[in-house]
Amino acid sequence: MSETIKVPTMAEYMAQGKQPEVLFWVGCAGSFDDRAKKITKAFVKLLNKANVEFAVLGTEESCTGDPAKRAGNEFLFQMQAVTNIEVLNAYEVKKIVTACPHCFNTIKNEYPELGGNYQVMHHTQFLKTLLDEGRLTIEGGKFKGKRITFHDPCYLGRANNVYEAPRELIQKLEAELVEMKNCRRNGLCCGAGGAQMFKEPEKGDKDVNVERTEQALDVKPEIIAAGCPFCNTMMTDGVKAKEKESDVAVMDVAELIANAEDL
Amino acid sequence: MEYLPNILFGIILVLGIGFFTKNVKKLIRNIKLGHDVDVSDNKLQRWKNMVMIALGQSKMVRRPIAGILHVIVYVGFIIINIEVLEIIIDGLFGTHRIFSTFLPESVYGFLIGSFEILAALVFISVIIFWARRNIIKLQRFWKAEMTSWPKNDGNLILYFEMVLMTLFLVMNATDVHFQEMNSGNIISQHIATWFSGLSENTLHFIERAAWWLHILGILVFLNYLYFSKHLHILLAFPNTYYGKLTPKGQFNNVEAVTKEVKMMMDPNVDPFAAPPEGVENTVPAKFGASDVQDLSWVNLLNAYTCTECGRCTSECPANQTGKKLSPRKIMMDTRDRLEEVGKNIDANKGEFKPDGKQLLDDYITREELWACTSCSACVEACPVSIDPLSIILDMRRYLVMEQSAAPMELNNMMTNIENNGAPWPYNQMDRLNWKNE
Repeated sequence: MSETIKVPTMAEYMAQGKQPEVLFWVGCAGSFDDRAKKITKAFVKLLNKANVEFAVLGTEESCTGDPAKRAGNEFLFQMQAVTNIEVLNAYEVKKIVTACPHCFNTIKNEYPELGGNYQVMHHTQFLKTLLDEGRLTIEGGKFKGKRITFHDPCYLGRANNVYEAPRELIQKLEAELVEMKNCRRNGLCCGAGGAQMFKEPEKGDKDVNVERTEQALDVKPEIIAAGCPFCNTMMTDGVKAKEKESDVAVMDVAELIANAEDL
Repeated sequence: MEYLPNILFGIILVLGIGFFTKNVKKLIRNIKLGHDVDVSDNKLQRWKNMVMIALGQSKMVRRPIAGILHVIVYVGFIIINIEVLEIIIDGLFGTHRIFSTFLPESVYGFLIGSFEILAALVFISVIIFWARRNIIKLQRFWKAEMTSWPKNDGNLILYFEMVLMTLFLVMNATDVHFQEMNSGNIISQHIATWFSGLSENTLHFIERAAWWLHILGILVFLNYLYFSKHLHILLAFPNTYYGKLTPKGQFNNVEAVTKEVKMMMDPNVDPFAAPPEGVENTVPAKFGASDVQDLSWVNLLNAYTCTECGRCTSECPANQTGKKLSPRKIMMDTRDRLEEVGKNIDANKGEFKPDGKQLLDDYITREELWACTSCSACVEACPVSIDPLSIILDMRRYLVMEQSAAPMELNNMMTNIENNGAPWPYNQMDRLNWKNE
């Protein structure tokens, strides 16, 4: 891979007395999780290709507080929120894009009341805008004609009613988009939300991610597309549990677009 | 003596409505045990939601079979109640079919004819509903929380409706004058053939019996509402009005926490300063909820509104994979505990005497609370805008902020966020390392 990605920080922009067009909020998974880092890089490559002037906070970024809030720790959430808002406001950030629906939901919906008002976009929405503005082109490439099913992340779909942006991007790949039994507002959770990602599930007769993966495998896809690093992990584990990893790949929408062009 | 039936009818009517009113007052008092929330915003959208979701049944029909059957029963219920108006006037003044005396025969016939058709359709729908519960045994009606009373309650309501519709049709079928009018007896004329050969006196007796049982049945049913899951026929309207308007993923920011956090972050605050004169101690007695009084009154209204249809539970990923969590049970438990608290208040002259019980542990277990993925599927599924998720979250808040009783792995996650700004133990200074990897 051509490993020359440009990732400027807000601090660097500020030193030059400039403002980027958009802040890329990488998120904890995007920064530290080995699988999610690939999504981060794929998205950065697309931003570079479209000549988007973006910046990251880098070491100044911290957890949005989403898992703490959903676990019930409102104190920790608000401490994180207020700290992040101070940093964001100090840089006079107006527009934020993130590849994590949990960060997306928290910053978009829960930060305004605490003093953080930004235009927040999920990366699929942002890529869709780039496409519409003609700044980015999408070719089918190796995904042309492939059967792809999209797993709606709860915090993008049901929580914020974003259903179409990721689907429109997939269709641009000239792929065959197939829908699962439960999709859009009826989409079944991958099992990671509400801080479940960080704990063992309660006793039951099945894991949620296996149930969801079975729904996906029912429509015989070659690729399960995701739009969330946590869903990605859960679905990847689900595919492994069903021993289908040689037939079915789990990929983020940004990876699909970047890989289609061999970026 | 000839006024005896009218007087009797009047007394029964006053008793029936009076007893119901008394229970409605109790219901309102119980709902007000919840803490206050501001729902005065966005009135237009709220009215719109009520019209679309409650009146227009827009979310019911997302499941077409149950939805359409429900619309029939719902429309039947509302329209057939016009007939009840006539029954009440007849009962009070000793008239017989008073509307027929001043309405043109064709109009009256059309009215009663439509009631008859609706009554027959309701009867059929209710039988299908009964079959779905008891013969087809749809999964959501056979979950763990649907035993004993909740199960019997569901069937009892269906029997009630079957009997009421039958009485209405029999009343029309045995009304000799009405049958002779031969207008509007579209269904009852066929039922009348079952009674052919009976003397006019016998027919009159049956007609009167059906008339009385019908109106008595309606009054009993009205009073049954408070004790059953069936309150939704009234509460669906306020409940959809007060339902959540913000995006489903948006959870409220606890105000008391905001104040504390702002104070902690403000370097100019003197932590030892006495509160200014006249300002109450604003820190609430409790963070989160362990009992019904800690929930908002909208949560409590939600609990009374729930008709235990189980759409939430059937969509819940935790429940689908065999976990104990059932959003419907969260609502049922909240109502049961609220009723218990209400009875306690009644027994103790208007004041709640601690009974050593609470919603947490005595009704809702921690295992249920921690199984939630906060995916909002239950909120999306509810046909009357109930929000079980906000109760789950408030109870988690109590567990974490009051009891430090989160599961070990979650405590680790939160410690990591506190120490290094990520749920995993990675150094914040390494956040941009991916760039060069």
